[in-house]
Amino acid sequence: MAKRIVYREWLIRPEHYWGLLAALAAVIAIGGTAALYMEHEGHWVTGMTNSVVWGLPHVFAVFLIVAASGALNIASIGTVFNKPDYKPLGRLSGLLAAAMLVAGLLVLVLDLGRPDRLLVAMTTYNFTSIFAWNIFLYTGFLAITIAYLWTMAERKGNKFQRPVGTFAFLWRLALTTGTGSIFGFLVGRTAYDTAILAPMFVVMSFAYGLAVYILVLMASFDWDGRPIGPAMLKRLKNLLGLFVASVLYFTLVYHLTNLYGAKHADLESFILMSGGIYTVLFWLGWVVIGGLLPLGIVYHPDLGKDRNWVAAACGFVILGGFAALYVVIIGSQAYPQEMFPGQTVLAFGAPGDIGGAVAPYAPSLPELLLGIGGVGVAMLIVAVGIRVLQFLPESLADSEVEGLSGASA
Amino acid sequence: MKDDNRQVDSDRRRFLGAAAVAAGSVTGGAGVAALGAFSAGLPESADASPRTEPVTDRHRWGMLVDTSKCADGCTACVEACDQENGLGLQSEPFGDNEAKWQNQRAVWIRKVKLQDNASGHVTNLPLMCQHCEQPPCVNVCPTGASFKRADGIVMVDRHTCIGCRYCIMACPYKARSFIHERVEQKLTRAPRGIGCVESCNLCAHRLDEGKTTTACQEACTAGGHQAIMFGDLKDPTSPLRQALAAQPNRQIREDLQLNTGVRYAGL
Repeated sequence: MAKRIVYREWLIRPEHYWGLLAALAAVIAIGGTAALYMEHEGHWVTGMTNSVVWGLPHVFAVFLIVAASGALNIASIGTVFNKPDYKPLGRLSGLLAAAMLVAGLLVLVLDLGRPDRLLVAMTTYNFTSIFAWNIFLYTGFLAITIAYLWTMAERKGNKFQRPVGTFAFLWRLALTTGTGSIFGFLVGRTAYDTAILAPMFVVMSFAYGLAVYILVLMASFDWDGRPIGPAMLKRLKNLLGLFVASVLYFTLVYHLTNLYGAKHADLESFILMSGGIYTVLFWLGWVVIGGLLPLGIVYHPDLGKDRNWVAAACGFVILGGFAALYVVIIGSQAYPQEMFPGQTVLAFGAPGDIGGAVAPYAPSLPELLLGIGGVGVAMLIVAVGIRVLQFLPESLADSEVEGLSGASA
Repeated sequence: MKDDNRQVDSDRRRFLGAAAVAAGSVTGGAGVAALGAFSAGLPESADASPRTEPVTDRHRWGMLVDTSKCADGCTACVEACDQENGLGLQSEPFGDNEAKWQNQRAVWIRKVKLQDNASGHVTNLPLMCQHCEQPPCVNVCPTGASFKRADGIVMVDRHTCIGCRYCIMACPYKARSFIHERVEQKLTRAPRGIGCVESCNLCAHRLDEGKTTTACQEACTAGGHQAIMFGDLKDPTSPLRQALAAQPNRQIREDLQLNTGVRYAGL
């Protein structure tokens, strides 16, 4: 007879739980205040300018949205690709995906020039805009994820799990492709004018989503004294290694593509050699901390078995993810728009107006607080969700997970 | 009681009858008047009372900039644009960094000075929204706030702009500005507000009043340079079309094939 996985609400002590909620609420309140301040004063209080129009909030928002679609992969592996070992992880995967998507959208909306016009954005569409498609991709993702969670949690819905899960998997691929395409189809900017950004964002989502997932799983299990077996952890960290290696591969292809096209050589020398903070973030953040270091840890014969080191590897992947998105989003805007090939721009408007030169950008405190507030929202939704509903399996000890049939939920 | 009611009813009937006759004659009269106006106005309807007529595609407004006539150090076009559209009323928010503010304030037209890497030849030119036939800013705008008028002018509907700044990301010419600060003073002909995107609209308010000049062109001509020629790209007899035919000219970022409304000679 097939084993059944028992799910239980998060049972940490009330003072810990309420303390955590209070701390998260404080983070969110600070983020909200920062957003209010930015809206009241205008974007001049941020580091953003007419050259770098998308700043740190976009880095946070895009990270959260990309990681959200990646976090749902765990559930897909269980139901769509029929790996029974992953089935107990499915519910948390759906919850985390929905939470991060809501948080990412919130940050995105609060960084608008006119967030009060959200209703306009939801009623007036221009369907040649990838942004407009994304509004449907994002809201659709939420609805499908909730339906998916229902099929996983409700016995009556179990039979729909495979089709709904498959649909959710395809939808999330479309979503990340859409997010990548926001950047990939901008012909006016050298760094963005390439279709490879869309698949690169998909692969990034696999890695970042899984890294966040493993950390949330480990933290919630540790605090509640629930076991995660070494075999389960090994599966997850090996998968992380594979995804991180794929990100590095796509990074390599992205830059090789640009290097091959002669007109992009200047951009490449900017990112890879002379771009200051962007060069540092690329090599140290994106490649070393976000790529080589976690790869070294998860495939190390000893460190790879140590759960603290695995957690550290996840943290590095997340840090590297932020660095990568900072380079992709902000570095690409700081790089001058090339309008006059073969000419040097001696003056561009009044002194201080930037054109033909690298645009300065320094993130301001309110931007950072808004972004962190968004992370707080995601964590709050997860904390409340696992506390009041049965999202977490009682145990992920290897003996419990072993022998699960493909049919059990 | 009953008699009173009957009295009231007959009064009301009389009133309603009179009202119906009056209303009928008014609407009927208006209808006849409208019909008369319609038939009388038919032949020249497109030119009648410009502010009430929808914009048509009979014109496509555009420009030719002769860079050889654009004087080094002259900023007459920029100053004229600032004055015409109230951009000169912008003030640096208290506490902002001066260098950052220069990169945050709205600029609709700017003077650009270039030097050819091979020959060392120096070129001056005004750069503003190029009013593309295929504008990338219009394609990416999620709400359709960034739009192209029938007469080719690319502009922003300030009522539906949500301030997402995707159009600024998409514009190859860095022609657009985001309003970073509260707007204390503005002109009625060029309303502006915090959190929206804006750019050159070829002085659409002038064109809608039947004028055929822009502030920058007027200022350039008044300064004796005549580097900017404004006109109708669709009219084969217009001076602009003739000038475009007479001298070689090109679009900035011609590789993108956006068919810009602003062309440059000597670049």
